[in-house]
Amino acid sequence: MADSGNRASTVYHDAAKTLKGKITLDGVNVFYGPDQAIYNVSMVIPDRSVTAFIGPSGCGKSTILRTINRMNETIDIARTKGSIRIDGEEINSKAVDPVILRARVGMVFQKPNPFPKSIYDNVAYGPRIHGLASAKRDLDGIVETSLKKAGLWDEVADRLDQPGTGLSGGQQQRLVIARAIAVSPEVILMDEPCSALDPIATAKIEELIDELRENYCIVIVTHSMAQAARVSQMTAFFHMGDLVEYGPTEDIFTNPHEPRTQDYITGRFG
Amino acid sequence: MINRTDIQAAVEARLAKRYRAEGRFRLFGILAILAAISVLLLLIGSIASQSIPAFRVNELTLPITLEAARVDPAGDGSAASLRRGSYNSLLQEALRAEFPEIEDRDQLRELFGLYTPLNSARLQNHVLDHPELVGQTIDFTFPISDDADLYLQGRTTASSEAAPGLVATPSSTTGEVRIFANSNVFSPIVSDIRARLTTQAEELEDRAERYVARATNSASDEARIGLTREAEQARIRAASLRGLAEPGGLSVNMSPELPSSLIRMNGGIIDITRITDSGRTAEGRVLVALDNTDTGDDWTIWTLDVPQAERRITDAQIAWAETLRERGRVEVGFNTYLFTNADSREPELAGVLGAVIGSALTMLVTMFLAVPIGVATAVYLEEFAPKNRLTGFIEVNINNLAAVPSIVFGLLGLAVFISLFGLPRSAPLVGGMVLALMTLPTVIISSRAALKAVPPSIREAALGVGASRLQTVVHHVLPLAAPGILTGSIIGLAQAMGETAPLLMIGMVAFVADAPSLSIGGLTEPATVMPVQIYLWSDGAERAFEPRTAAAILVLLALMIMFNAVAVFLRRRFERRW
Ligand SMILES: Nc1ncnc2c1ncn2[C@@H]1O[C@H](COP(=O)(O)OP(=O)(O)OP(=O)(O)O)[C@@H](O)[C@H]1O
Ligand SMILES: [Mg+2]
Repeated sequence: MADSGNRASTVYHDAAKTLKGKITLDGVNVFYGPDQAIYNVSMVIPDRSVTAFIGPSGCGKSTILRTINRMNETIDIARTKGSIRIDGEEINSKAVDPVILRARVGMVFQKPNPFPKSIYDNVAYGPRIHGLASAKRDLDGIVETSLKKAGLWDEVADRLDQPGTGLSGGQQQRLVIARAIAVSPEVILMDEPCSALDPIATAKIEELIDELRENYCIVIVTHSMAQAARVSQMTAFFHMGDLVEYGPTEDIFTNPHEPRTQDYITGRFG
Repeated sequence: MINRTDIQAAVEARLAKRYRAEGRFRLFGILAILAAISVLLLLIGSIASQSIPAFRVNELTLPITLEAARVDPAGDGSAASLRRGSYNSLLQEALRAEFPEIEDRDQLRELFGLYTPLNSARLQNHVLDHPELVGQTIDFTFPISDDADLYLQGRTTASSEAAPGLVATPSSTTGEVRIFANSNVFSPIVSDIRARLTTQAEELEDRAERYVARATNSASDEARIGLTREAEQARIRAASLRGLAEPGGLSVNMSPELPSSLIRMNGGIIDITRITDSGRTAEGRVLVALDNTDTGDDWTIWTLDVPQAERRITDAQIAWAETLRERGRVEVGFNTYLFTNADSREPELAGVLGAVIGSALTMLVTMFLAVPIGVATAVYLEEFAPKNRLTGFIEVNINNLAAVPSIVFGLLGLAVFISLFGLPRSAPLVGGMVLALMTLPTVIISSRAALKAVPPSIREAALGVGASRLQTVVHHVLPLAAPGILTGSIIGLAQAMGETAPLLMIGMVAFVADAPSLSIGGLTEPATVMPVQIYLWSDGAERAFEPRTAAAILVLLALMIMFNAVAVFLRRRFERRW
């Protein structure tokens, strides 16, 4: 087996070497059937900040993101090797229930995917299945605070019983974020959350991400250099399944050490 | 250099062609739809028109005196005693009271052929339900025999009545009788008969010639001898017919092979048996007694075009049925027996209720087995099972099962459910189980398609907030797949409802005269189902089963349409959730 196939010669900026992080990836390899999608990725993702994953299409950003809440497990042919720790706890161990893990690590997808249920039920679903609220009043409270945190409350407060699918794309994406927040996760993973949105909706989401940063560890995949520069504190550049370069966003954008990173950022490929 | 205008022209030329192609396509589509609709209308129209006589029935209403001595032999009014009453003789006497002139035993038997003795059981049940009626005279209504009913509905023979307007005298009011006219009023009958006999003779002679020709051409001796004998017989019959048709003769005999001629005169009916005296005298048999032997010109000759030998109702029965109708004893009405009775050997008492209940019970069993098992299988295969060799093999086999002829499931049911498990034959329980086997692949395949059609993003969303796989399926995937699952299940069930072959194998073809009870207990009682009932009736010897078969088909179609309407309604309800 071409397991743990090395190819890893990540360039870490100084700040990235000494990080004390929320999430630690150690020699992570991901395979889809016989094909390897991720090679030997090691990195430390800090808490209460935004980490951006950038890289050309197909380089494995989504794949590595999905290892963090074990969503890859839902794909039959996917296999993950290596160690991923959250707060020092190995999440790939048998002792960790993926259902509980996913309550701790929320996820927001590229295309807004609200349930075909009411706005209220969308947000309340997570707390309900995890038994976070016993009384209806508690649940109402969770729904309200989540929607407020997601900056959607003012727009939907008077129509909570209407279908979530009836909202605009930007509203839907914020609803989905509210849904993720509602189960009080520690980490929020976002896979291109703005790619289906117009600039105004995008600005709102970015603002929201910036606010959420104060309480959560956020990892965001994005194709927009500008967005990465605007919202993230750390940036990781992936290329063909390798983590090429990882460092503070400012450093990566102003002073990339690797020519591939330089080329990608300046738009010469990707 | 390509010129801009050239391009323009080329595009326009192509555009016109494209529009024409599109127009043609649309036209073909509309034609196809029209063809389909007209075939459907033709089908339903022809079934509906055939079924008309089944929805109407002629019923006799006769006064019946429930003499205590006859209906309550023990005299204690108990059910056991009432059950031993001789109800059929009461019916016979009531009918006989209408025609006291009939004395001949054979004629009486003919008269009693106007109703089925099964009606005595109905009378008995009536008395059992109302014991207080004993000793009273009641008007009892019961259906006239199917053949008389068909005749009264004008389905047996065309008939015509003509008043010669000439003076004639009957010789007596009952028994054998002669009608004397002082002119040859009956000679048109004679010449008509002669013409018929001649054409019949000609047909026979033609046939004889064809036999001869075939005999000379045939290779084997055996065939030649057979054909020659046939030809000989045809010639002999033709010769005898020609003899009968010989003009010169002074008299001609009526025969059952000839159209019947009857005379209505002085309130009675006479069946002509012989015409003599060059058409001046008719001899006959009185069917309904005449009031008197007065001479007069107020009488008619009544012709029944279909010969007696070619119908199941005799001239006498026709005369009596007509007379009963004229007296107001027979009235036509809506055929409720068709909907309130189970099957019967007698078409006039046969109904679809038993089969409808049988179908309902069978479908309930099928539904409660096939839908849960099918949906559970589909959910497991689609949402939980790993994709490996084994599940692939299972999948291929499920798809193959959908193509297995339904009769094979019937054989399986016979071998496993009845022989091995010892479940009762002819029971809706077993029928439902067999049909459930047949329906399972349809339910599984359509449910899987419906589950596949649920966008994966919904599953990701649910899993993403920490729902377990089961929660994801139950809370999100199944509700979204429900309309599709429902449609597939209904299609499967509707198919099962129209299925005959597998049920033949497990004995659901049995003649079942009692409707099963619509309850759990009914599941193991012998029963039949609608399509099997249709099959049985289509095979029925009595002509009256023909319209009843068509009517049963209409009932089945109506049930199917109801079924589908419910499905559409349910689907709308589910879909309207968002
Ligand atoms: N379900 C899957 N089955 C097989 N291969 C997959 C699957 N998902 C992803 N891959 C492969 O893994 C590699 C990485 O895919 P991934 O989706 O992580 O890329 P990405 O960086 O997110 O791309 P994009 O920016 O276009 O979303 C690709 O080569 C892709 O073909
Ligand atoms: Mg991606």
